[in-house]
Amino acid sequence: MALKLADFKEQIHNDWCPGCGDFGILSALQSALAELNLEPHQVAIFSGIGCSGKLPHFVKAYGIHTLHGRPLPYALGAKLANPNLEVIAVSGDGDGLGIGVSHFVHAGRRNVDVTYIVHDNGVYGLTKGQASPTLKLGVKTKAIPEPNINDAVNPIFLALAAGVTFIARGYAYDIKHLKDLLVKAIRHKGFAFIDVLQPCPTYNDVNTKAFYSGEDRLDPLTKKPRPRVYRLEDLGYDPVVRADMTKEQVMAKIYKVIELSLEWGDHIPIGVFYQNETMPTYEQRLEQRLRAYLSNPPANQRLNTPEGFSATDISEILQELSV
Amino acid sequence: MLNNFTYMVGGQQGSGVDTSANIFAKACGLAGLEIYGKREYHSNIKGMHSYFQLKVNSQPVRSLTSKVDLLASFDEETLAVHYDEVSTGGGVIYDPKTLDKKITSIPTLDKIVVNRLIKRLEAQGLNLTIESLIEECRRRGVHTYPLPYDEILTEISKKSEKKFSELARMINVLAVASSLALVELEITYIERAIKNVFRGKAKAVEENIEGAKIAYEYVKNHYSASFPYKLKSQPNGKRLLLTGNEAIALGKLVGGCRFQSYYPITPAADESIFLEARAIFRLNGKDEVGSIVVFQTEDELAALTSATGAGLAGARAATSTSGPGFSVMVEGLGWAGMNEVPVVVTLYQRGGPSTGLPTRHEQGDLRYALHAGHGEFPRIVIASGDIEEAFYDAAQAFNYAEKYQTVVIHLVDKALANSNQTVKLDPSIVRIERGNLLSEEDIVKVKSAGGEYKRFAYTPSGISPRVKLGTKGCVFWNSGDEHDELGHINENPENRVMMMDKRMSKLELADSEIPLGEKIKYFGSEDAKFKVVSWGSTKGAILDAIHHLSEEGIEIGFLQIKMLCPLPSNDISKILEDSKVIDVEMNYSGQLGGLITEKTGIKVSNYIVKYNGRPMFQDEVYQSLKDVVEGTAPKRRVLTLGA
Repeated sequence: MALKLADFKEQIHNDWCPGCGDFGILSALQSALAELNLEPHQVAIFSGIGCSGKLPHFVKAYGIHTLHGRPLPYALGAKLANPNLEVIAVSGDGDGLGIGVSHFVHAGRRNVDVTYIVHDNGVYGLTKGQASPTLKLGVKTKAIPEPNINDAVNPIFLALAAGVTFIARGYAYDIKHLKDLLVKAIRHKGFAFIDVLQPCPTYNDVNTKAFYSGEDRLDPLTKKPRPRVYRLEDLGYDPVVRADMTKEQVMAKIYKVIELSLEWGDHIPIGVFYQNETMPTYEQRLEQRLRAYLSNPPANQRLNTPEGFSATDISEILQELSV
Repeated sequence: MLNNFTYMVGGQQGSGVDTSANIFAKACGLAGLEIYGKREYHSNIKGMHSYFQLKVNSQPVRSLTSKVDLLASFDEETLAVHYDEVSTGGGVIYDPKTLDKKITSIPTLDKIVVNRLIKRLEAQGLNLTIESLIEECRRRGVHTYPLPYDEILTEISKKSEKKFSELARMINVLAVASSLALVELEITYIERAIKNVFRGKAKAVEENIEGAKIAYEYVKNHYSASFPYKLKSQPNGKRLLLTGNEAIALGKLVGGCRFQSYYPITPAADESIFLEARAIFRLNGKDEVGSIVVFQTEDELAALTSATGAGLAGARAATSTSGPGFSVMVEGLGWAGMNEVPVVVTLYQRGGPSTGLPTRHEQGDLRYALHAGHGEFPRIVIASGDIEEAFYDAAQAFNYAEKYQTVVIHLVDKALANSNQTVKLDPSIVRIERGNLLSEEDIVKVKSAGGEYKRFAYTPSGISPRVKLGTKGCVFWNSGDEHDELGHINENPENRVMMMDKRMSKLELADSEIPLGEKIKYFGSEDAKFKVVSWGSTKGAILDAIHHLSEEGIEIGFLQIKMLCPLPSNDISKILEDSKVIDVEMNYSGQLGGLITEKTGIKVSNYIVKYNGRPMFQDEVYQSLKDVVEGTAPKRRVLTLGA
């Protein structure tokens, strides 16, 4: 029986602010899980601290609300212990690109088959609106006393440098598009990163819904807003790196990703920037080394004999060490 | 003197000191003898002084004495640092080409040592050369054996057609073969030891055996009969020659550890490397292949948190670190405690604070292990006293972690990690107890009885049934925030009290369920007026010291504390009340002594502490204890031996 979005809803009070972009991310994720025909028990969602950290509590699936900035190492540990789990990690921009950024960089070079969603709203909402690592230099949001003195990190460019094999950006109010991105990301074999632009209606009065949808710049002819956010696929952009490509073709793709990652202002791309299908996952690398890793993973190995003693045979190692 | 011998070999780091000590230990072990040794080295890759000290006996050995019977030196610094440790009647092997070197021109020799040597040599009217050190040895009745490494290497070079410079690395084998020639151990054991140490490298085996034979013959022809210490092979059963790092790694494998994370740090990393090199093994008989994932992380926070993630998924998971890494992990301890996730942290203590003495010994992290983390959560803290205990404790730690669903900190230390010892282990007696862990079938039963699975269900015991992530038929939530029975965030005051009580009560449960023999060990007469209390790797030196005192008619008891949290206070009180308590520890403040006073009200009469980075010798512990009994000891004595 096909599952529905409602099957992934946990019936507890949701305390996000009305109008928060988090709702769009939550509902896109629930729809994606249903569309992928996953059952709640097959999915484990790890989050950090902040408004985004509460997301797993609203999803009927295994939900692990961890420490500030640390959802990725928890998620990677769980996935490597049981590669059959569908593991999703969720951070805010402060969580994932500030305090926990080193875990993000190292997740990239490992390519464990985990999907990582970063709620990107430019502010630390739960602590009342301080500037986050994605707020641009000189931007003055309402809760900060002076314009931002730091420049922003570029999540897409950083992901590329870290070796992330699936890099995308979504927009929290384009739920269907975000759901499609999540489906692709979860299907991707390897580490998939989605930067989700998400207005904070309470603290970010600059990068608002009106800003992203261009309500301040009407088309002179139609009098309709001209959205700042555009879809890469509408340009016919192909993000995929395939095994049969030449080195030059791959390099051209990488340069294009860098170029697109630098677009901002009146022209903000969303969609899949980069998708490298040629890089082996960490699990595949482990399988090569450990032989029976995937068929008998750490979490599933039977450790004891029927009598309750250890089932692990170390006699060969003891032989090597004996005198 | 037969089969009772303390050996030291030293040279520059990177020149093969460890290899020669390994060959020596293996050769003695293969000859049926018993060994205990320690490794001392700087935080340096090449060039600084390092040495290995080993005691050999016909009976099992568990500690070292400060005097050395034979010192084999590769270089002049080894002589300068250690020549005064050689006992009268003992011997020194040295390179005669170093004789005219000045002790003031050894660049790596510490100024404190240089100044001490200047005073000492000048007082004897000797000049400041290595030759004077050898002369002083002779005056003390130490046998001195010049070993012309260059001459011997030239001879080997002629036979092997290898260049002299390519053979320079072989000095270590020459030194150890010469040493074993002096004590007249049969050369066949050296050959077998070389084969073992260089296994898989046929060329190296051949070259080193050739070199060993030449050096062995050289010594036999020139010196052998003069040296009073002899080693003779004896019949003995199969034993293991293990370091502490190896014993813990083996204990983890047998204990079912299937996920080990780590960030490189001395002296913990060797354990993870050992595991990674032996990550595939047989399970449940011949056909099933088991494996352990060894995961090198970007920092220690990721090490503990990834292990916790693996624990949630249902793997037995651990991480290994030392003090500085443990400091980085701390926020993850509280999370695992709060969410009742089984995870094991092996904490190899070394000299602190900060980077401290990165390669030296200390037991300075007891109080930190007991209290690290904000807020209050249950944790189990155990400490091993020797290599054999470390093996079984490493396995048992996972049983505690899963039965009580929390963090277990296994305290060991540098001395234990880098000691080697001949021991017997029996993996077949290791039990696996996974605690209250529900399967899919169990969940079906819960549901068919009309129940709902709640990860943090209130139970009288404080233990809530656990499921692995991915178990069909249920889900659960975790949160570092206070949570309700399902795991959802909850700030209600009644829920808070119930959850705190539930978590903390697991400590009382552990205290009541864990057998006394796993918590404390008592040695000696229960009626002894004086009782030593200690923990960790001081055990061997204490046991040897009280054994010698007992031979002199002085009875001292020894209470070894293995379970530091929950501390078995009542049992400790029963043993220590009405006794004079002597606290022996490798730290400045006597951390265990203070803990015992805090938990039992019993006051410590005397403290014997050491914090110079070098483990305790049995003779300094012996003398300090004797002084306590004779009433001549200060309230707090600081031990200082060791180079």
